[in-house]
Amino acid sequence: MSPDIIFAGVVNGLMAGGIYVLVATGLTLIYGVLHIINFAHGSLLMLAMYAVFFLFRPPLGLDPYLALPLVTAGAFLMGYVLYRGVIGRLSHGRDENILLITLGLSIVADNVALFLFTGDTQTIGVAYAGNYISLGPALVPLPKLISFGASMLICALLGLFMSQTDMGKAIRAVAKERQGARLVGIDVENIFAVSYGIGIACLGAAACLLMPFFYVSPSSGHVFVLIAFTTVVLGGMGSFGGALAGGLIIGVVESLAGLQFGEQLGQLGIPLVFILILLLRPTGLFGRQ
Amino acid sequence: MSRTALLACGGGLIAAALYPLLFGGSNYAVNLGFLVLFAAFLGQSWNIAGGFAGQMSFGHAVFFGTGAYASTILHVSHGWNPWLAWPVAIAAGAAVGAGIGTLSFRAGLRGSYFALVTLAFAEAFRILANSVPFTRGGLGMLIKSDPHPANLQFRDPIWFYYLALVLCVLSLALAWWLTRSRFGARLAAIRENEDAARALGINTFREKVRVLALSGALCAAGGTLYAQKYLYIDPSIAFGVDKSIEMLLVSMIGGAGTIFGPLIGAGVLHFVSEVTRELGGALPAIKNAQPLALIVYGVILVIIVGYLPDGSMGLFRRRRALPQGQGHA
Repeated sequence: MSPDIIFAGVVNGLMAGGIYVLVATGLTLIYGVLHIINFAHGSLLMLAMYAVFFLFRPPLGLDPYLALPLVTAGAFLMGYVLYRGVIGRLSHGRDENILLITLGLSIVADNVALFLFTGDTQTIGVAYAGNYISLGPALVPLPKLISFGASMLICALLGLFMSQTDMGKAIRAVAKERQGARLVGIDVENIFAVSYGIGIACLGAAACLLMPFFYVSPSSGHVFVLIAFTTVVLGGMGSFGGALAGGLIIGVVESLAGLQFGEQLGQLGIPLVFILILLLRPTGLFGRQ
Repeated sequence: MSRTALLACGGGLIAAALYPLLFGGSNYAVNLGFLVLFAAFLGQSWNIAGGFAGQMSFGHAVFFGTGAYASTILHVSHGWNPWLAWPVAIAAGAAVGAGIGTLSFRAGLRGSYFALVTLAFAEAFRILANSVPFTRGGLGMLIKSDPHPANLQFRDPIWFYYLALVLCVLSLALAWWLTRSRFGARLAAIRENEDAARALGINTFREKVRVLALSGALCAAGGTLYAQKYLYIDPSIAFGVDKSIEMLLVSMIGGAGTIFGPLIGAGVLHFVSEVTRELGGALPAIKNAQPLALIVYGVILVIIVGYLPDGSMGLFRRRRALPQGQGHA
């Protein structure tokens, strides 16, 4: 491959990686605070993507970028309610039980979507989908560039929220030491619900950024759940910096594997990275051993 | 086994053997019976690792698909007789189980991490089956229809029913043996507390690899049977996440780690399927009823894990005194 093609592959991979960072940040936040492996992550992203799709369709005709605050807030609310109503009540005991509860939720979500929306893949035809920006020798679709920039911005804002606000500090306190946080008067159950809500809100934002250049179908959750887990274990479960680095690496790996091995075999990159990391370095690239 | 239990099992077996005749051999009833027994058999293969040994997998389709592809490739591409290809497929399933077990357990993966890594293995196999030439990629593999018992193909579906019945009974016997044998006791110790089991001198790594190989072998046997009945497989059918989830659901809903759990779970699963299908037929507004059944299963799974960790079998068991060491917390 010529260096130009590799460069273009890396740039396109980074752009895709931006979304993975956002999706994985939600997952890693939920893991870091609640110690829950949220298997429903992909399916909830799929539901948010359908929300964007239906907001775009007539009669509303809402542009996905304008819908972002609405869908993000809706996703937060859904996550909060889901935690208060189901996950927080039932997720006790072994971590496998929590995994099974979230698996059950994902089965329900996937099939509610299949029942209501049928199995067809849906896309939205935004006018700017065909616009390309050239970055050196690489041509990048405008929506991908926007999604990358916006993802980074949202992650930075989330970082500020976590370090500067009282709520953010309380979340970090609970993540570090639940009992201690309870003793100083933090409402830990509320922090759990808020953290789960923020994790799902990340999916709402990601759905708005994805839809201008991606499709949605009831099985979209399956596509993203493995990518999200791979990203998170690559960077180290519970680590924000890890999710950032992991997402970008996964994006580039996926893009270069596709270039080298073709569309079909190139997909092998993600499960392979996931397996290798878990087998060889389960704490992730940046985690402590 | 007590006398009553023995009588109940004998009665159940006779009922299962007579079942197709009761309905005058109607294809609908026979196929439904086949589906229940087949799901129970696959669920039992999951249950042996996931229930009895506590090594829960999200990717059991990797074994199912290995079995289906191994026998189909030998039969279609190399002209093997399916009866001869079947044991090879079973051995392939055992080998994949031992391989995945060796890699994962050597790395110390437990609980959720083991579940997730099996999911990734199944996905890797699906992508490979989609890409390599000897599986014919996404086109899938077609087995030429040539109904003859010597070809492991039958014109009358009743024979597939009885074949599934034999497999199901064998898997039940295997599960019963696990509740009685030292091997089963070691697995129960690993499930309840792996560190304590190791402290007692159990070679936990070896036992876990063994049980995954056994589970993989059983599941692969089901894969071959599926291919021979439906005469077509493709990467999504063979290695898709839906198959993995179905095996897990059947076992979890009926009661993981119990002998009859998967059979009960399979019965519930297909009962709900039939009810939602009837509902779909009665109400024209319901266009596709299949997802409804899965929604119900998802809800049942959440309720069972949340409130009844022993599965529906736990409802019966809790009334009696809990036998030592069989409780599942």
